[in-house]
Order: sequence, then C-alpha cells, then structure tokens
Amino acid sequence: MAETTVESTVQTAGQSAGQAAGEGPAREAAVAAEVPALKSTPLHGAHVALGARMVPFAGYEMPVQYPTGILAEHLHTRASAGIFDVSHMGQAFLMGSDHATTARALESLVPADILNLAPGRQRYTQLLNEEGGILDDLMVTRPSEEAEDGVLMLIVNAACKDRDFAHIEARLPQGVRLMRADHRALVALQGPKSAEVLARHGEGVAEMPFMSARTTHFDGLACHVSRSGYTGEDGYEISIKSAHAVAIWSALLRDGAVKPIGLGARDSLRLEAGLCLYGHDIDATTSPVEAALTWSVQKRRREEGGFPGAQRLQRELAEAPARKRVGILPDGKAPAREGTEIQAKDGRKIGTVTSGGFGPTLGGPLAMGYVETSFAAIGTEIDLLVRGKPLPAKVASMPFVPNRYFRPPTGAT
Amino acid sequence: MSDTKFTKDHEYVRLEGDTATVGITDHAQSQLGDVVYVGLPEIGKAVSQGGEAAVVESVKAASDVFAPVSGEVVAVNAELEGAPSTVNEDPLGKGWFLKIKVKDTSEFDKLMSEAEYQDYLKTLS
Repeated sequence: MAETTVESTVQTAGQSAGQAAGEGPAREAAVAAEVPALKSTPLHGAHVALGARMVPFAGYEMPVQYPTGILAEHLHTRASAGIFDVSHMGQAFLMGSDHATTARALESLVPADILNLAPGRQRYTQLLNEEGGILDDLMVTRPSEEAEDGVLMLIVNAACKDRDFAHIEARLPQGVRLMRADHRALVALQGPKSAEVLARHGEGVAEMPFMSARTTHFDGLACHVSRSGYTGEDGYEISIKSAHAVAIWSALLRDGAVKPIGLGARDSLRLEAGLCLYGHDIDATTSPVEAALTWSVQKRRREEGGFPGAQRLQRELAEAPARKRVGILPDGKAPAREGTEIQAKDGRKIGTVTSGGFGPTLGGPLAMGYVETSFAAIGTEIDLLVRGKPLPAKVASMPFVPNRYFRPPTGAT
Repeated sequence: MSDTKFTKDHEYVRLEGDTATVGITDHAQSQLGDVVYVGLPEIGKAVSQGGEAAVVESVKAASDVFAPVSGEVVAVNAELEGAPSTVNEDPLGKGWFLKIKVKDTSEFDKLMSEAEYQDYLKTLS
C-alpha cells in the first residue's frame, strides 16, 4: 500500500518550508492569490497540540514529524508501537447486489483476483490505465459479515483519491455504485507491540492473520480493522467514524508503548520494507511487471486478462519487461536520493533512483529505482551519480529489513 | 563568542589567526533534524565565499553548506563520518565541519555578529 509523501527537497540548511516565495508583502500576496486552504484530518488539532511540524501534503496539512524527530520515531515503531494518522487517504465502498457482481466490476479495473477474495480478507492491487501503467495502488477488503455481501472497501492514496474515484465511477456497470467514506478517519498502529496494545481496547484482534479484516469495537466504538500496513512490521489499520478519531487516537497515546509517528518516519519505514510510493516508484508509465509487483497479480488473472493493459502484462511476463524496479544499496555512506542517475560501470546511464534516503534501522543509505532488466540481478555492481561523482552500489534484495508480519502458529513444524 | 560570525545560510565561522573553523548553527541543526551523513571536501580544495563547501544530510533531505569565507581547506572533521549525530549534539563545538586557511580576513569582518544573527533568526519565524 503506497501513498505519496513529502518530497525531499534540497534546501539551504535551516531554511524552513514555505519560504520559497520570499519574505514580506510579496509573499503574502502570493499566498493569498495562489494557494487554496489546506484540508485537515479530524486529528489535525491533536498533532498541533503534540508539537508536530506540520507540512502540506496531498492537499492536507499533515505532521511530518513530532518533537522526537524522524530517526527516533522510526526506531520506536520497529521496537514498540507507533500510531499514524492516515485519514487523508481515500476510503470508499463499492456496492453491488452480491460479491460476484461487485468483484467483477472491480476486476475490470485492477489485475488482482477479487472474485476469489475470501470474506474478511484484504488484497493489494493497482488501478491500471489502457497502456497497462499504474494510476494508483490500493487495498481492497471484503467484509467478513454475510450481511455485507456485495460490499468491497477500497483504500487509495490521498493525492489520487478524487481522480481514482472518478475513474472508477465512470466505469461501473449498472447495479454497482461507489460510495465515498469521507466521514471516516484512518489510524495505523504498527510495530511488534501493536497486537498487545490493540487487544487492550477490543476483542478478537490478536489472532487476526496478516491481511485479514473484521469489524470490532475499540473501547466500545465501532471500527473496521485490517491486520496490515506500510511499515513491514506487524500492525493494524483502524477505520473509524471521523467523530471518534480523537478519542481513539488519545486512548492509544495513553498506552506507554505507543508514540505518534509522522510522515517522515512513515517514508523511511516503508522504504526499508521495500514498499512502493505512488508518484515515485510507480506511476502511469510503470507496469506491475516492471514494478516487480507481479506477485499481486494472481495466476487466474494473468491467464485470463480482462483488465486494462492485460496484453502488456502478458507480453512482459513472457518476454521480460524493458526495465525492473530493484533495491539498491550504496557501498559507502552517502545517500542517493530520488532522481539520481544510475550508471553501469562503463558510465552508461541504465536507470534512475525513484526513492532513496537513509534507513535508521539499516544504519545506512538505501534506495529503490529502475534499471534495464539485464542489470536487475541481485548483486549487480552499479554506480550512482551523486553530486557529479559516480559512487559504487549494488542491486540488493528487498525488503532491506526483514518483514515481521503476523502469521498465526499452525502447530506444524 | 566574540570571534564567531554568522551567515544568512546558517553557517558559523570562528577565526583564529588565519584559520577559520566552519560549521552549521544550532538553528540549522534543529531545522535539519537528525544528521545521518556529512560529506566533507578534500583537503587542499580551494573554496570561495558562498560556494559549496560541504553537504549535510538528514533522513529526509540533503542540504548544502556554503563556505562563509574564501580560502583553502586545511582540515576536515573526520569524526563526523562515524558519528554524524555530533552535529546535532554540539554544532558549534565538536560538530565542526572544516577549517579554511583564509587570505582575506575582511570577508570575515563583514559577516553577522551573534547578536545580528539572532535578530536575523527572528525575522524568519
């Protein structure tokens, strides 16, 4: 599950965000003339009260970090439990007469097998365009309750939600409709202590398998929970009525194991987990095969097609795509950021870094990017052109930090 | 520190004889957040006032450090390679970046005093 995040900017040390327009009356005028008011999630006041540094993101004012700082927030999430306000993301319900009807409608837009998604299960997929490129990536959940048969819940990226929902609505058959859930908030709880934390507030959550979902209650407030996230850790995403967001956020924060985590650490966590960020690692030009997301296209759909760009997908599976998304580990300590040119050892450009930075858990720099497919093997030696100098690096497997998703013990060895 | 001057780009420079010690200010390290990497110049490199001298990176962003005075790089703080967080902990002391041998001390004289820098910071918020 990906979302766009604050763009890394190369800026003079100390210059705060928003000063780009200069100082004084000119700036005020520019602001007044150009910038529409930023939206707020129901937790905006809570972030400000916690002393968060707020930044514009996908049209919202969001916390990039709290006073603790990105490094500490990242490490805390992997050591204990962090909560993330992700209410800016787009939640919606697809509704048809029965599961098969709704699933088929969605299958005409995404390459995943939705028809065979079991009740109470969640799946990751992408909205594709006619060229087989990715319009957005999203999570699809089938409710566990019989009474909800025919409903599918979608969670899409904040920056794409208006466009995504319009795209879907324009392509729905008679009898299937889209209902936006703008009245709902979303809080992610991630880290090894997530289960014990959440179990203090609701029932039936500790045993939920990874990528499962259920309705339950949090301190008596109805919520919809999935066991999934964007960090590589065990954790949950909790969908609640906006009116209850503050109560649930506050209750979680009162737990000694929990700290609030901003978008900065969210980005470094997902990067270490090898997860894509829409608009950076995947976009309208990248196909699921190029993006190394073929695992999310189940066998039946690879064979049958029936989604936009199916021909391209089938061809790329048969013949290999022109380029491939890979993990990259610089040999030295200097990070290589988005946009960095990737070179073969002879100096020829073979690709571009699409996400890069520093991994606090890894203790060093890491990156993701696209390279010509012949350079995509793990261990391939490449150069990264950083500040005009080629710095040695290698293609690396992802995740960079092992995933710790919850799998219930089966009793077998 | 009577012999420490400051720039609008939040570098400080401390002149002792003709050797200038350069780093980033407390304001800069606080804005930057946790420093994870420092890229220092080669010893012997010629730098001019306002030109790129070093790079300092946080988890999220890379920032240029500009030379506050012109001259030749005569020393760099090798400790920062293994412990970049020193920049956050003691920016004006152990977190120094580089030393420049200056030719023209009048460049130094024209920079902001500490009081002027503090006033300047107030205009930014």
